[in-house]
Amino acid sequence: MSGMAIARAAPRARRLPWGDRLFRLLLASAAILVLALLGGTALAIFWGALPAFLHFGSRFLTGLAWDPVRQEFGALVPIYGTLVTSAIAMVTAVPISFGIALFLTEVAPAWLRAPIGAAIELLAGIPSIIYGMWGLFVFAPFMADHVEPALTALLGPLPILGVLFNGPPLGIGMLTAGLILSIMVVPFISAVMRDVFLLVPLALREAAVGLGATRWELVWRVVLPQTRSAVMGGIFLGLGRALGETMAVTFVLGNAHEFSASLLMPSTSIAAAIANEFTEADSNLYRSSLIALGFLLFVITFVVLALAKWLLARLSAGEARR
Amino acid sequence: MSAGGARMLRRQVVNGLALGLATLATLTGLIALVWILATILINGAGALGPHLFTRATPPPGSEGGLLNALLGSLMMTGLAVLLGTPIGILAGTHLAESGGRRWIAEAVRFVNDILLSAPSIVTGLFVYEIIVQPSGHFSGIAGAVAMAMVLLPVVVRTTDETLRLVPVSLREAALALGAPLWRMVLFVLYPAARAGMMTGLLLGIARISGETAPLLFTALNNQYLSFDLTRPMANMPVVIFQFALSPYPAWQQLAWAGALLMTLFVLLLSLGARFMLRPRRG
Repeated sequence: MSGMAIARAAPRARRLPWGDRLFRLLLASAAILVLALLGGTALAIFWGALPAFLHFGSRFLTGLAWDPVRQEFGALVPIYGTLVTSAIAMVTAVPISFGIALFLTEVAPAWLRAPIGAAIELLAGIPSIIYGMWGLFVFAPFMADHVEPALTALLGPLPILGVLFNGPPLGIGMLTAGLILSIMVVPFISAVMRDVFLLVPLALREAAVGLGATRWELVWRVVLPQTRSAVMGGIFLGLGRALGETMAVTFVLGNAHEFSASLLMPSTSIAAAIANEFTEADSNLYRSSLIALGFLLFVITFVVLALAKWLLARLSAGEARR
Repeated sequence: MSAGGARMLRRQVVNGLALGLATLATLTGLIALVWILATILINGAGALGPHLFTRATPPPGSEGGLLNALLGSLMMTGLAVLLGTPIGILAGTHLAESGGRRWIAEAVRFVNDILLSAPSIVTGLFVYEIIVQPSGHFSGIAGAVAMAMVLLPVVVRTTDETLRLVPVSLREAALALGAPLWRMVLFVLYPAARAGMMTGLLLGIARISGETAPLLFTALNNQYLSFDLTRPMANMPVVIFQFALSPYPAWQQLAWAGALLMTLFVLLLSLGARFMLRPRRG
């Protein structure tokens, strides 16, 4: 921060030597390159997607068919699969992450916090293809044998919700994919939550405890309201990751371009469709349609991640003002 | 009095329940970690052997190793580090050091954070559009560029963050002695921030060694041992992906062995990076 002050003062004091001018130019062009990469990505992918957008128009967004033989491509099923798997991931990951953050800040004895926090963060280090293999060969059979039959028996008869849980226990499907995504985003969400919980001023904590609040009341009524926007930021960060996650989902989603209401059925997602089909796309329209899917994914994740960043920045601005 | 007692009791019960559920949530996370690592270890350990490092990937139905994939990944990672690190360090330095027009630095920081979490498959599509399509074929260079794009934001972020931790008095001392800016940055700031920057690089390498999606349609794969970066190139993630989903037991065995090697490498790198950072925190 104060480094900036120095750097700013320097050019006014005297004309910079040519070495420094060259150096500054180098630094600035590297920074501009980062901007250009994002802009270039958006442009190049839009350019590649253009034939599909022009050919199908709005039908691309609303079409159910994905038929390489008839050259008919609609993105609704992959979009639906992406949204549903991410929704399942968030519904399970948010409470688990909150629980982990609660455990790490309030429950665990001090000596246990660092190792357990590090272990949870290791989950973020495991490559996504490893999640995919584990998901396909271990977790999906486990879901098929133990979890899905029980869910169907328990929730299947319910009037409206039941539709979601009726179906053959294949193991491969949106529920399994969503749960694996959930494990993958938990380390990101819980790390943000833990970090911002620790930022809450000690005086506030002491005041709450001094008034007789239990640990839970302290977190639920004081810590969480204080950190609300950053917690939402962490959740959106996790959502951004879940939406764009590719390999793990590709392994366990089944790559089926068919719409089904049941969460137990195979489906596909935007990222999985691209990963599965791109090298096999044998016509320009097919390839362009897949790139168009990529463009949709790019736009959606950009909005979600920008929102996350904005929410997280609000906390640090608030902290600075205090 | 008894009403107050019941209320107190209820609050205690809610508290106990919440903290108990929090412990359960943590256990869930830990069980997932152990379950995944145990799966990889058990399936991978049986498939380990010296043949992995001496033979190339086999055609369906016969025996072989992972030599071409390991070498391909090594070469592409090396090239990605050579491409991504200098640009990342320069851009990170710009963010930490340049004042002037601050909105540009803020914009770059914002975009960089988005690149950090952006789906890597989109990066793969981008590199396909700008390198694979024009050149007419998949290549190791395209794979390395895609990996460098994943590495870049990690390096930018850690450089920016560690440089801003360097005490301003060091900067002032160097500049007051008459050192030009570039000398101050190169010989004062970088040595002072070395540990943090190395940590960032190690974490970045760990990240790109496991990335599969951006390689699927840039480097693709190559059944044979090849050192030609302008041709399709074998690499660990794509070989693991193809072999794991294949119906051949020999290929699946190689996929498990590769998964174990990759997981060990990535986790050791992340732990190493964490270890490097520790003394600086104390």
